[in-house]
Amino acid sequence: MSTLLVLEQTLNGIQFGVFLFLISAGLTLVLGIMNVVNLAHGALFMMGAYFASTFVAWTGSFFIAFLLIIPSSVILGIIIEMLTLRPLYLRDHMDQVLATFGLILFFNEGVKLVWGVDPQPMPTPELFAGNVEIFPDAPYPVFRLFIIGVGLLVAAVIYFLIAKTKVGMLIRAGASNTQMIRAMGVNIRFLNTFVFGLGAFFAGLAGLMAAPIISVESGMGDEMLILAFVVIVIGGIGSVRGALVASVIIGVFEVVGRSMLPIAMQKIFPLEIAQTAGPAIASMLIYILMAGVLFFKPQGLFPARTG
Amino acid sequence: MKIKLLAFAALGALMLQPLTGTPSVAQDKEVRVGFLGGLSGGRGIFGKVQKEGFELALDHLGGKIGGLPTKYVVADTQNKPDVGRQQMDKLIKQDKVHFVAGITWSNVLAAVYKQALDNKVFLISTNAGWSQLSGKRCNPYFFRASWNNDDTPEAMGQALQGQVENVWLLAPNYQAGKDMVSGFTRYYKGKIAGTTFFKLGQTDFQAELSQIRAAKPGSIFTFAPGGMGIALIKQYKAAGLDKTIPINTAFVVDYLTLAAFGKSAIGNRHASFWDPTSINPANVRFIEDYKKKYGKHPTMYSVQGYDAALLMDLGVRAAKGNLSDHDAIRAGMRTANINSPRGGFQFNNNHNPIQNYYLREVVAGKDGNPTIVTRKTVFRGHKDAYHTQCSMTW
Repeated sequence: MSTLLVLEQTLNGIQFGVFLFLISAGLTLVLGIMNVVNLAHGALFMMGAYFASTFVAWTGSFFIAFLLIIPSSVILGIIIEMLTLRPLYLRDHMDQVLATFGLILFFNEGVKLVWGVDPQPMPTPELFAGNVEIFPDAPYPVFRLFIIGVGLLVAAVIYFLIAKTKVGMLIRAGASNTQMIRAMGVNIRFLNTFVFGLGAFFAGLAGLMAAPIISVESGMGDEMLILAFVVIVIGGIGSVRGALVASVIIGVFEVVGRSMLPIAMQKIFPLEIAQTAGPAIASMLIYILMAGVLFFKPQGLFPARTG
Repeated sequence: MKIKLLAFAALGALMLQPLTGTPSVAQDKEVRVGFLGGLSGGRGIFGKVQKEGFELALDHLGGKIGGLPTKYVVADTQNKPDVGRQQMDKLIKQDKVHFVAGITWSNVLAAVYKQALDNKVFLISTNAGWSQLSGKRCNPYFFRASWNNDDTPEAMGQALQGQVENVWLLAPNYQAGKDMVSGFTRYYKGKIAGTTFFKLGQTDFQAELSQIRAAKPGSIFTFAPGGMGIALIKQYKAAGLDKTIPINTAFVVDYLTLAAFGKSAIGNRHASFWDPTSINPANVRFIEDYKKKYGKHPTMYSVQGYDAALLMDLGVRAAKGNLSDHDAIRAGMRTANINSPRGGFQFNNNHNPIQNYYLREVVAGKDGNPTIVTRKTVFRGHKDAYHTQCSMTW
């Protein structure tokens, strides 16, 4: 395997990592700040992709679809928060898990009632459909670079929002001492709804960005949810910075491992075994990584000070 | 006295006949059929289009299988082996069915087939191509309206043999993925550039695509059903690989997924037993009526469902409506004398179709939207690789 290919695979890994960050950013916000385990995050991701597919079919424009994703995913998030989570804030995590697991089933069946069981179409936006040659002789899809851009932008927006604005200050205060901030006259209920809506928006945005490259179908969020949880557990629950770092580490680890391991194993084992066992072990790599991180740092790489 | 009684009986039978419409020899007055499909869950789409084909055939038969009143029951395996078992049990014990059609996935078939066959219920697979039931475990009560798992990749291997050099193989890391690869290499004898087994359910293929581009193979063959295939083809196109390395598939591109692919499927070549462009009257009628009923183009899976109902009809007619005469039903079904949209076919000793396989290609239609055309007939009367292991003869 040439150096060039290793470099290209590393870029692939970073790109995959930033994509993971897009998915896990909203999850870590909601879990870290609101202390709510939201299994429905994957369902919100899926809804984002379905909305995107529908909006693009209506308007033919990826950009307008993006503008419409903002209100639609936020409103959906707020409805979910008001109907299912609000009564459960003071309850055990287990109750939240049950309720939001129910939401997964609800949405997975719901999209089939509304859109049918067929996978939905979603073209790559024309503007980003081409390729650029970052490495000689290896054209790279522009849309993948666009994903990196959007992911980094999201990281910057969250950082600015939480660290530099008044709302962010209230959110941080609410996360560290709910009773106190309520005593000081802040409407914590509104604050929670706001954070959940924000999380839903990031999930919807991730769905929009994923729709042109993966299959828009019922259950598409389930696998993503697992990866997102691995990311926030490694990064430290509630830490956006941790989520970004962990995402990129996992992305590179996963992609480079996946592409190198079967080849490396061929040097030691017979071809037959290497071809089958290689990918099997490679698919376990990130969980092994998670176990390793938790062994040395049970709070994750960047333990959030709050919560 | 005796003659009088007989006359009365005959008169009675004559009077009954217009009321029930059944031939007087029938012991059971109705045919009971079950469709046991994988209808819900993420992969429910495959079961749904099989069921649609099956129900279209029921329409064409006037709602009567073998001319008898027909009770039709639908059950959902949810594509889970354990649920499939329960539902099969219900169909046999509660609904007392004579026939069951359906089953999308091999693992579900493996879980349910024994219940049906042990209870002498005819089971017609409308998809699942588990090879064990083609070989050692072939059974007088089991028929296939589809194919054996290896058949379609064998056709793709044959189509590429001598046409391309240096093929890269890409399949999910599970039993069917390995079956597909071995089926392909049974007929493709050229050089293999490399083989990648990826994780079942994988949705991001950029790493594999980089690897493939660096290896510069002459062509690609992949088996990636469902969401995996849709993601793979989209990303393949986005990476611009389709311009230099043609991609050949099995069970990825069909009318089922064409809308989801959009234009990114154009240029894709794949094998199938069904030639949608065939102008044989059965096929034209099938496509027209399917479009009329469901508002979309039928898929190859719909053909499999459609033929299963026709086979049941054939069997019941051959037994002249006597549903306890299993030998006559079987003998009728074995003739495969139905108006299948796929054209004529025969059954092999293991009850797998001996049928043609076609190389098909996705092209831009007149309206610019992708459509499927047939390039050539790869196999005529292809027999699956397992029939020699089946001890059944007839």
